[in-house]
Amino acid sequence: MTEWPLLSLLIWLPIITAVVIVAIGNTYASLVRPLALLGALVVFALSIVLYLGFDSGTAAYQFQERTIWVEAFKIYYHLGVDGLALPLVLLTTLVGVLIIVGGWGIEDRPHLYLAAFLVLEGLMVGVFTAMDALLFYVFFEAMLVPMFLIIGIWGGPNRIYATIKFFLFTFLGSVFMLIALIWMYLQSGSFQITDLHDLPIALNAQILIFLAFLIAFAVKIPMWPVHTWLPDAHVEAPTGGSVVLAAVMLKIGGYGMVRFSLPITPDASAALDWLVIGLSLVAITYIGFVALAQSDMKKLIAYSSISHMGFVTLGLFLAFAISRHTGELTGAGLGVSGAMVQMISHGFISAAMFSAVGVLYDRVHSREISSYGGVANIMPWFAVFAVLFFMANSGLPGTSGFVGEFMVIIAAFHANFWFAFVAATTLLLGAGYSLWLVKRVFYGEVGSHTVASLKDLNRREWVVLATLAVFVIGVGVWPFPLIDMMDASITQLLDHIMESKLR
Amino acid sequence: MAIQTLILLIPILPLFGSVLAGLLGRQIGRSGAHWVTILAVLGAFALSCVVAYEVFLNDLPVLNYTVYQWAVVDGFNFEVGFLIDSLTALMMVVVTFVSLMVHIYTIGYMHDDPGYQRFFAYINLFTFAMLMLVMANNFLQLFFGWEAVGLVSYLLIGFWFKKESAVRANLKAFLVNRGGDFGLVLGVAAVAFYMGSLDYAEVFSKIPEVNGQTISLVAGHEWSVMTVICICLFIGAMGKSAQAPLHVWLPDSMEGPTPISALIHAATMVTAGIFMVARLSPLFEQSATALTFILIIGSVSALFLGLIGVVQNDIKRVVAYSTLSQLGYMTVALGVSAYSVAIFHLMTHAFFKALLFLGAGSVIIALHHKQDMREMGGLARLMPITAATAWLGSLALIGFPFFSGFYSKDMIIEAVKASDRVGSGFATFAVMAGVVVTALYTFRMLYLTFHGPSRMDADTQAHAHESLWVVTIPLVLLAIPSVGIGYLTIEPLLFGGALADAITVAPGNDVVAKLSQKFHGAFAFGLHGFVTPVFWLAMLGVAIATYVYLFNIKVAEQAKTRLHWLWNVLDRKYGFDEFYQKGIAGGSLSLAYLLSTWFDARLIDGALVNGAARWVGRLSAISRRLQTGFVFHYAFTMIIGLVALLASFVWLR
Repeated sequence: MTEWPLLSLLIWLPIITAVVIVAIGNTYASLVRPLALLGALVVFALSIVLYLGFDSGTAAYQFQERTIWVEAFKIYYHLGVDGLALPLVLLTTLVGVLIIVGGWGIEDRPHLYLAAFLVLEGLMVGVFTAMDALLFYVFFEAMLVPMFLIIGIWGGPNRIYATIKFFLFTFLGSVFMLIALIWMYLQSGSFQITDLHDLPIALNAQILIFLAFLIAFAVKIPMWPVHTWLPDAHVEAPTGGSVVLAAVMLKIGGYGMVRFSLPITPDASAALDWLVIGLSLVAITYIGFVALAQSDMKKLIAYSSISHMGFVTLGLFLAFAISRHTGELTGAGLGVSGAMVQMISHGFISAAMFSAVGVLYDRVHSREISSYGGVANIMPWFAVFAVLFFMANSGLPGTSGFVGEFMVIIAAFHANFWFAFVAATTLLLGAGYSLWLVKRVFYGEVGSHTVASLKDLNRREWVVLATLAVFVIGVGVWPFPLIDMMDASITQLLDHIMESKLR
Repeated sequence: MAIQTLILLIPILPLFGSVLAGLLGRQIGRSGAHWVTILAVLGAFALSCVVAYEVFLNDLPVLNYTVYQWAVVDGFNFEVGFLIDSLTALMMVVVTFVSLMVHIYTIGYMHDDPGYQRFFAYINLFTFAMLMLVMANNFLQLFFGWEAVGLVSYLLIGFWFKKESAVRANLKAFLVNRGGDFGLVLGVAAVAFYMGSLDYAEVFSKIPEVNGQTISLVAGHEWSVMTVICICLFIGAMGKSAQAPLHVWLPDSMEGPTPISALIHAATMVTAGIFMVARLSPLFEQSATALTFILIIGSVSALFLGLIGVVQNDIKRVVAYSTLSQLGYMTVALGVSAYSVAIFHLMTHAFFKALLFLGAGSVIIALHHKQDMREMGGLARLMPITAATAWLGSLALIGFPFFSGFYSKDMIIEAVKASDRVGSGFATFAVMAGVVVTALYTFRMLYLTFHGPSRMDADTQAHAHESLWVVTIPLVLLAIPSVGIGYLTIEPLLFGGALADAITVAPGNDVVAKLSQKFHGAFAFGLHGFVTPVFWLAMLGVAIATYVYLFNIKVAEQAKTRLHWLWNVLDRKYGFDEFYQKGIAGGSLSLAYLLSTWFDARLIDGALVNGAARWVGRLSAISRRLQTGFVFHYAFTMIIGLVALLASFVWLR
C-alpha cells in the first residue's frame, strides 16, 4: 500500500472528479450528484487507508512523495503527513463527503457547485500535506478561488461585498507570508519546510518573519481584530460554503502556526507570545460577548467560531510562558494537544451547527432568530440534534467541545492563573450565547405559521447530522486515538521550539 | 461474575435504558419505555445493594481501578475509573433507590403527558450520570458526571418547553451552575498544576508537597495554594448544591415536573456538591480558611434561605426553599469537618425530601396541576395515604425525636457546638434559629394543604381523590426510611467507622470523635432528644404554625401588614433574583450590544476595515486621474521623475 501515491490521490482525485462532473454536467445531469458523492466517498475511504497505515509512534513525515517541480528555484512537489497534518486531512475528507450529501438539493448549476467543493477539498488536502513552502503557498492561494466562486455565485444578496472582503483580507495576509518565504529562500536556498525549520535566523529577522506569518494566519483563523470578514462571509455563503469555511478553512490558520510560525521563528514566538496570548484572550471574552448580541444565527455561530479559535491560538503559544513560569515544559504539550483537538472538534461542531441553520434556512429562508420559536414542537428530531450540538459548542463534557477547552485551560493555569481565569469565562459565555439561541429558536410556543408548517429532517439531513453527532460524542467520550495520533509530533515540535535558532 | 463487571453494569444499565427509551421511544411504546427504564434502574439498585453489602458487611477492600484510558498526554493520564468505597456504596444505594421510586411514581404522574417516553429516557440518563459522578475515582470523570447531571437537569426543568417560564428557568439553572463550574474548573486546573494528576489517590498523596506553597494572585499578596484550590472547588459545589448566593436557580427549577424535583432537585443532584467536598476531605482538611468560608456560606443558606420558605404559597416552592436550607445544614457540617455527619444528613434528607416532593406531587395530581396552597386545605380526608406520609416526612424534616431527620440534624447541631472553628458561633446561632424556621414553614405547609377548611373551588373539590397505587406505593416505601433509617444507621455511620475508609479528618478537627464520648446508642440519644433546647425550638415553630394556620389565620394577614417590610424582603428573596436579572444578565447584554455595535461594527469594521477600503478608493481615484492615457503625460512624468532622481544624486551625495 505504501507504494501508492496516496497523498497525491487524495489531492487529485477530487479535482479530477470535479473536472469530469463539469464536463458531463450539461449532458448527463442525473449522474452529477452520484458521481460527486462517489468521488468524495472514495477519497474518504483512501484517507481511512492513510490513517490505518500511519505509524503514530514517530514524529517523522510519512507517505512522502517528492519530485522536482521548478528546477530553477528548487521548488519540489513534496508531500507528506505527520501527526499534526493527518487529523486535519481526515477532517477534510469527512467534511468533503458531508458537503456533497448536504448540497444534494442545490438546483442552481449543481455540477458547478459540487465541482467547486471537490476542487476545494483537493486543494485543502494539498495545504495540509505540502512539505514545500511554495507548494503550500500555491495551495493556500488557490483555495481562495473555489471559495470565492461558492460565495460569489451561490451566496446571499450581499455576496459581492462579502466575497471581496474575504478575498482581500486573506490575500493581503498571504502576501506578507510570500515575502517571508522568499527572504528565507534567499538565505537557505531551499523552500523545503523542514529546511526552514533548521535555518538559523537572527532575532530581528525572526520577528519580521513571525509578524508576516502572523498576519497571514491570524486573518485565516481569524484572530481579533482581523476577524470582521468572517461573519460577513458566513452570512452570505450558502450552507455548504459556511460548513467548509468554518470546519476546515479556519484551521489552516492554526495549522500554519504549528507548521511555520512556531518552528521557523521560535525565538520571535517566545519574544512575542504575549501578543498572541493577549489577542486570544480578547477573542475568547470580547467575541463571546459580541456573539451574545447577535440576532442572526449564522453571525452568532461565526462569532462563536472566532471565540473558540481563541483557544487554538492560546493553546499553541503557552509553551514559552509555561517554561518561563515553572522552568519546565509540563503543560505545554497539553496546550498544543488541546489546540489541535479544539480544531478538529470545532470542525465537527461548527459543521453541524451551520448544517442545522441550513436545515432551517432551506425551509423558512430566514437566518433571523426572531423568525423562529418553538421549533422543537414541530421538528423534534431536529431539536435533539440541535441541542446536542449547541451543548457541545458550550463545552459539555462527553462531547468533543469539552476536550480541547479543558486541556487548554489546564495548560493556561500552568502559565498563569489569570490566563486560565479569563479562558474559563467561556464556560459562561459559550453556554450563554449557545443556549439562549436554543431557547429562542427551539423552545417556547410555536412562533409563527411558517414554523407550524415545517417538516422534520429528511433522510439526507439525518445522515449529515447523525454522522457529525457520532464524531462529536465519539471524540468526547474517547479522545485517546485522536490525541495519540498527534502525540509524537507534538513532543517533537515542543523540543524543537525550545531550542534557540539564534547562532 | 467478577465484582468489577458487576460494578460496570450499574451505570451501564440505565444508560442503555435511556438510549433505548429515547431513540426508539415510538417503537417500544409507552409501556415499553417504562418497563425498559424501570428494569434498568431496578437492576442498578439491586447491584448497588450487592456492592453495599460487600462493602459494609463483608469488608470488601476499597476498589480503585481504571475502566479505560480517556487520553494520555504530556505526562497526564486522564482516565475513566471507579473508586468503590463506603461513601460511594452509600451514595449508589441512595441514588438508585430514590431513582427507582421516582421511576415508578412517574407512571402515575406523567400518565397523560405526550412526552412520556422522553421523560423516562431523561431520568434514566440522569441516573447514569449521577452514578458516574459518585463512582468516579478522578476529577475528570467527576466533572463529566457533574456537567451531565446539569444537562439532564436543564432538559428536565425545560421538559414542558412550550412554557416560557420553564425555558427561562432551565437556562437560568444551567447558567448559574456554569457560574459555579467556573470555580470548579479553575480548581481542577489548579489541582492538575500543583499535584500533576487528576486521580484522587495520586492527588491526595501529593498533599504534603503542596502544603505550604503559596500562589500570588495579586502582586504582593501570597495565598496558600490549598486554600485557593479548596475555595475554587467549593464554588463549584455552591452552584450545584445551590448555596447562597448561587442558590437562585433551584426555586425556579420547580418549573419542571414534580418527580424530577424530587429526584434531581432535592434528593440526589443537588447533594453532589456536598458529596464532592466529603470525597475530597483530605484536601479540605488542609485549609481552615476554606472550611470557615464553607461554614459561613452554609450557615447563611441554612437560616436565611429557609426563612423565604415561610412566605411562599406554591407548595413546591416551600419544599424547594426547605431543600436550600437543608443543604445549608449539610454545608455547615462540612465546614466543621464533620463530613460523615453531612453525608448522614444527605442520606436521611434524600429519603424524607423525596417523600415530601412526591407527596406534593400527589396533591398536585389530585388538584389537576394547581400548586397554590391558598386554594387547598382539608385534603387529609380525601387523600389519607398522601397526608399520612407527608406527616411522617414533615416530622423527619423538623427533627422530631426518633425520626431519621432528628438524628442527622441534631448531630449537625452538636457538631457545630463542639467545634472551635472560626465562625462556629454564628453557625450555632444559624442552625438553632433554623430549627424554628424549619418547623414553622413545614407545619404551615401541612396545615394549609391537608387540614383546616377547604379553600378549593367546587369542581376541584369534587374531583380530588387519593392517587393511584403507582404513586402511593413509592410514598409508603420512602416513608419507611424517612422514619427509621436514622435510628438504624447513626451508630455504624458516625461512630462505627463505616465511612472511615473514605473520609479523612485531621486529629485536631475531629468533632465527631468528641461527640462519640457523649453518645450512648440511638435509643438513648432519641430519648434525650425530648429534653434538648433544640426540641423545644422545634416545638415553638410547630406551636406558632398550629396557632396561626389552624386556629387563627387572620394573624398571618395581620403580621403581613404589620411587618410589611420584612414580608417584602422575604417575598423578594433579598433581591438576589433582581440583582442577577438586572445586574448580571442585563449588564452582560448591555456590554454585548455595546461591544457588538460600537466596537465591532463601527470601529473595527466601519472605521478601520471599510475606512481603509474608502481611503484606497480615494487614492485610486486620484491615481486614476494620473492615468490619462495620453503619451505626452506619461513622457512628461518620466522626465520629471528622471530629473528628481538625478537631483537626488547630486544633493544627497
